[in-house]
Amino acid sequence: MFINSEPRAGRLRPHWLVLALAAAMLIAGCASAGEEATTTTTEAATTTTEAATTTTGAAASSTTTTTEAVALPSCGTDDVVLNAYFETGFILPFDLSDEFTKQYPNVTWDVKQDQFTNLMNATPRLLSGDNPPDLIRLPTMVSLVQDNLLKNLDEYAAAFGWDQWPPAQLSQNRVAADGTRGAGSLYAMGLNYSLTGVFYNKELAAQIGMTEPPKTVAEFDALLAEAKAQGLLPMMVWNATASGGGLAFPLQQLMAAYGPTGPINDWIFQQPDATIDTATNLQATEHLQGWVDSGYFPEDANAIQYTDANARFRGGEGVFIFNGDWENATYDGEMSGNVGFFVFPPLEEGGSLAAMSAPLTFGIAADAPNADCAAFFFNWVATNETAREINVAIGGSNPGGPADLAIPTAAEGSVTNETLAAGGEVAQDNGQMDFIANATGSIFAAGWTPGLQEMVGGRQDAAGLLQAVQAEYEDELGR
Amino acid sequence: MMGSEPHAQVARWRPMRRALRARRARSPILVGWLFVVPALVMYAIFVLQPLALTVQYSFYDWDGVGPATWVGLSNYSRVFTDPDLLGTIFNSFKLLLFFSVIPVTLGLITASVIHRVTTGRFGSTARAIIFLPQIIPLVAAGIIWGWLLSLPGLINQLFKAVGLESVTRAWLGDFDTALPSVGMIGIWVLLGFCTVLLQTGMAKINTDLYEAARLDGAGWFAELRAVTIPGIRYEIGVCLTVTAIAALAAFDIVYVSTGGGPGHATAVPGIQIYIEAFLQRRVGLASALAIVLVLLVLIVILPIQRLSRGSDR
Repeated sequence: MFINSEPRAGRLRPHWLVLALAAAMLIAGCASAGEEATTTTTEAATTTTEAATTTTGAAASSTTTTTEAVALPSCGTDDVVLNAYFETGFILPFDLSDEFTKQYPNVTWDVKQDQFTNLMNATPRLLSGDNPPDLIRLPTMVSLVQDNLLKNLDEYAAAFGWDQWPPAQLSQNRVAADGTRGAGSLYAMGLNYSLTGVFYNKELAAQIGMTEPPKTVAEFDALLAEAKAQGLLPMMVWNATASGGGLAFPLQQLMAAYGPTGPINDWIFQQPDATIDTATNLQATEHLQGWVDSGYFPEDANAIQYTDANARFRGGEGVFIFNGDWENATYDGEMSGNVGFFVFPPLEEGGSLAAMSAPLTFGIAADAPNADCAAFFFNWVATNETAREINVAIGGSNPGGPADLAIPTAAEGSVTNETLAAGGEVAQDNGQMDFIANATGSIFAAGWTPGLQEMVGGRQDAAGLLQAVQAEYEDELGR
Repeated sequence: MMGSEPHAQVARWRPMRRALRARRARSPILVGWLFVVPALVMYAIFVLQPLALTVQYSFYDWDGVGPATWVGLSNYSRVFTDPDLLGTIFNSFKLLLFFSVIPVTLGLITASVIHRVTTGRFGSTARAIIFLPQIIPLVAAGIIWGWLLSLPGLINQLFKAVGLESVTRAWLGDFDTALPSVGMIGIWVLLGFCTVLLQTGMAKINTDLYEAARLDGAGWFAELRAVTIPGIRYEIGVCLTVTAIAALAAFDIVYVSTGGGPGHATAVPGIQIYIEAFLQRRVGLASALAIVLVLLVLIVILPIQRLSRGSDR
């Protein structure tokens, strides 16, 4: 999801093809990997029939397994090559796959990798192609489910007992028959569950008199004002188009401080009549605009990319940065011992905590040849002790899984221990939210990012931003 | 091989050669077509068929995988009514100024100065330096310019050094300067191409004409207007054509340096087509915009072609 790695993925890529002077040919050239438009209807019909057959097949095989005694789906003993698509620059899945092969030597991997945004573009064609992947990093998945491209994981969830895990883990990967997310059948699994909040430079925080994390939004405001008064940059942020509007992070935290998380999640999960343009969200957006107008963000925010923002923060520019625990390892590296983390505070002291938290989503193609083995891998990642340790040490995030399994601890002094502890507090308050950038496939690129950039440029106000994003949302969903 | 053998061979092959010649005489056109067919097949598969498919897609609402619905001309009406889509077309016309008009004008001046002042080693060195940006991949150029134009970048440092701190800004992140900044990168890339092409044209002009002009007392500008420009009209046409296409179909420089932002300040059709087709998965709308772009390119290019070839030179 965007929350996990889109910013990282939103780096520069040569799109040589698209340079072609007749852009028309490009579109057709790429699209002709599918079929021509008129025949597609028939194609889709065939696919549905095939999918139906597959389901029957799966049902039949699972009946067999049940009668054969409690043999769970597994990788068997014959040689298996898992066909997988991972995200470039994100080593956790690679490390997990290596460890898996160590433990199950009959399983080897054919891993292809690409930048996340490229994967997003290619996923529908990869899933519908001749060699459907057993395991693939997924973007927002509703349209993929509606095109019958993803395997329904309900039977695996029942077999492995995933449905006994804390329900919040799986809910973001559920899609209902009407295309709303949050409930319904399971179509993907998280390899881990990330958490976002506020990282701070301990040295600079001490300089502005911060002795403990702020307990209210007002306290946080006071810290920002003090930083500004001392000539420090209060908050580092990225907001360039290539990385997407990083101001969406503080914005959503403010939304969850001013109002409940329920309506925000409803909007992300595309519930009927959901709107982002609410009274409390308007207050939150106005608050953000106040921060922008006070000069709390860098003046060149619209030109700062994700990697630059983090490099500058690590280099000592900015007291705070809104980001997620996937950056723990890099912060620990350059800022070792000098970086802290807190969950964004509520409006009133003692109010409930909330944070964006999203699974690192992977799915199985509807026609994947080794679906059982891939599902077994999902289960292994969440339950195997070594896998969970790798997950925390490398990924920096909560590995999820059954509630009674202890979360491994990270190295002493690592900010990961702070984020893991904070994640527990957020879970207690049931404050997990998906990311507002994930509501639809392109709400981030077409709605939030340009709108937030206009706000930085003084060309959009809070009310206008919410109206514009809501209009884009309704247009994309055809409402 | 070169000895007396060939005679014998020629004699032996004569009957067959005669037969071949006869067949060739019967259908010279057919043989010509045979030579062209492989290229034509490739052209049809990789250019004509995709073009036809794009036209077809543009009448459908299609996400690239699922069923497609016929929607008639509604994709086209959206291209001309949606301010975001229409805005990209306006932006591409603004880029025409930077990618086409300015490089060709500057190229003309530079080439004529090099041509008139120096033709020796200095001339070819100057040409090589000006041409250099052409051989740098555009993506690399976009990244480098992104650094140069950033707030802590070299351009702003230079402004600061000469006391112009007030003009420093994040050039690519500012709504007012983003498009002209992208345009500047275009000028830097295309100036060398225009200069070299125009200078090659100038080299072909009969030097007698210049001598005559100089005897009549013509200065540099009069010479340029009366001798040079008419003499290289065809080259100017090529320059305008190539740069105009680069402006209207711009993608890589814009994508790498600004991605179309901030807001929609540098959004151009090439980027919007990419976003619609691959992020929004609206293949029909993307195809319609692509077709409109092709027509726009033709509308701009055809008059240039007529102008430069109008009277046979």
